[in-house]
Amino acid sequence: MRQRWRKLLSDPWFLAALAVAIAVVVMALLAPLVAPYDPAQQFPEGITADGQPLPPGGKFVLGTDLLGRDLFSRIVWGARTSLIVGVLANGVALAIGTLIGLIAGYFHGWIGGLLMRFTDVMTAFPALLLAIALAAILKPSIWIVALVIALVSWVQVARVIYAQTLALSRREFVEAAVALGATPWRIMVQHLLPHLAPSLVVWGSLGLASTVLLEAALSFLGVGVQPPTPSWGGIINESQSYFTQAPWLVAFPGLAILLTAWAFNVLGDSLREVWG
Amino acid sequence: MTIRYFLGRLFQGGLVLLAVATITFGLLYLLPADPARLVAGRSASPESVAMVRKELGLDRPLYERYVRYLGGLLRGDLGRSYMQRTEVRELILSRLAPTLQLTLLGIFAELAIGLPLGILAAVSSGRIWDRLVTVWAFAMVAAPQFALGLLLLYTFGYLWPIFPLGGYGSWQHAVLPALTLGLTGGGWYARMARSSLREVLATDYVRTAKAKGLSPWVVLGKHALRPALLPIVAMVGADLGVFMGGVVVVEAVFGWPGIGQLAWQAIQQVDIPIVLGVVLVTAASVVVGNLLADLMYTVLDPRVRYT
Repeated sequence: MRQRWRKLLSDPWFLAALAVAIAVVVMALLAPLVAPYDPAQQFPEGITADGQPLPPGGKFVLGTDLLGRDLFSRIVWGARTSLIVGVLANGVALAIGTLIGLIAGYFHGWIGGLLMRFTDVMTAFPALLLAIALAAILKPSIWIVALVIALVSWVQVARVIYAQTLALSRREFVEAAVALGATPWRIMVQHLLPHLAPSLVVWGSLGLASTVLLEAALSFLGVGVQPPTPSWGGIINESQSYFTQAPWLVAFPGLAILLTAWAFNVLGDSLREVWG
Repeated sequence: MTIRYFLGRLFQGGLVLLAVATITFGLLYLLPADPARLVAGRSASPESVAMVRKELGLDRPLYERYVRYLGGLLRGDLGRSYMQRTEVRELILSRLAPTLQLTLLGIFAELAIGLPLGILAAVSSGRIWDRLVTVWAFAMVAAPQFALGLLLLYTFGYLWPIFPLGGYGSWQHAVLPALTLGLTGGGWYARMARSSLREVLATDYVRTAKAKGLSPWVVLGKHALRPALLPIVAMVGADLGVFMGGVVVVEAVFGWPGIGQLAWQAIQQVDIPIVLGVVLVTAASVVVGNLLADLMYTVLDPRVRYT
């Protein structure tokens, strides 16, 4: 185990992913300090005389958008939006998935069977389409978007937790606890949950990557986080019809999404290898 | 595969579709949106809204509409669109071909990009190619499709105008959308092929084949590749369904007139019958895709027998 950790800590890609993840979190937490300008401020000098956005360089490091706002500041604030939605959606998905997976795995029998049938149904669901429909009809806010994403992404967690609980509940320490008269609830929370913690960290990290991507896709389609709140997908949505004149308005937010999702994917995958 | 097993799976698939229909119906109609109001128009009087509601059958209780909808489904009737006043089935059929084309081209591109790279990574295990492919695969899996699609359009449609800037018609129109799907999905295939082939290459029979002096190509082609690619077949089957429902974004970027676009327009107008229909058609393709994957398994691996 120690050897695996040492190998991990000398893996340059793991360290790079860790650095990116920390950078994104710092950007999100300290957005007002990191961003050079107010993300909503429309600079008169931010657009050219004939109304074009400015390319990267000079006063505006990554250029400006169609309204003359500083793109870098908007991307920094976008990190906050992305992580709020990501953490919230992922937290709810983990909670629902763990609860259902635990219960179904511990009381296997018909409850477990029912759960597995239900996950079959959920995997047949076009998640993206459903998320779009729900978000559009519910008039999207940051909370609704997070809830919708959680609703379509808890199944994966439930499956993993179910399989592990099923294996764990046949072990001696669970039998011992049952023999000592522990209630099922106590066994699940005190005895099983600690063993599931590594999986939860792994799936929390992998799930964060996919929720960030899903939020970006929803915001790109205009049913995610609404303006004026800056979001990476939203920035691309606003400048979509202008992408031939101002490709940086697509490239930089796109890169921000890619790096964030990449970092949390690599972190989750590396941790899985250490614990797996 | 026995006929009995096949029929059993079909029946299960039918149950899954029934559940999908029920959940989607419930979710979409219990939400606080009033399609009648939207159809009648913003400035419509309460009387005309009530009239539209009656005309669309929305004045009936929910369970009655649900039973009627299921009855229609059994006859292959997906209901009528609120806004376009045509059969949903006709609307979906007219959009199915473009989406199916894009799905198949996308799967082809994924395989064409992902498999060779994954195999390359596995045979050069631990060395530079392995590292490069792994890094690339992780990046592609994390790439937002819409940004990638727009940047491909910018590069190969605008800077070097080789391909048209979106739209549908000739094969040139299909290249960039398929490439977008292929690049992002190819990352998964490369990772899967790499880990699967590495496992097979470490087995005893491959070592035996090498030890008796067969060339590396023969070992790979005749002995290792076939078992290693089995999990890929399952992935292709799953992708068939995932793509049918997941190409909404790519269709939006490239102006591709498929069912994703149809659903997207319907969602904005709260045209629930169309949304329901598209959800059901994509769920059905997931079921069919998984079934096809199982069938392919038995063909490729004689050890697999379903009972």
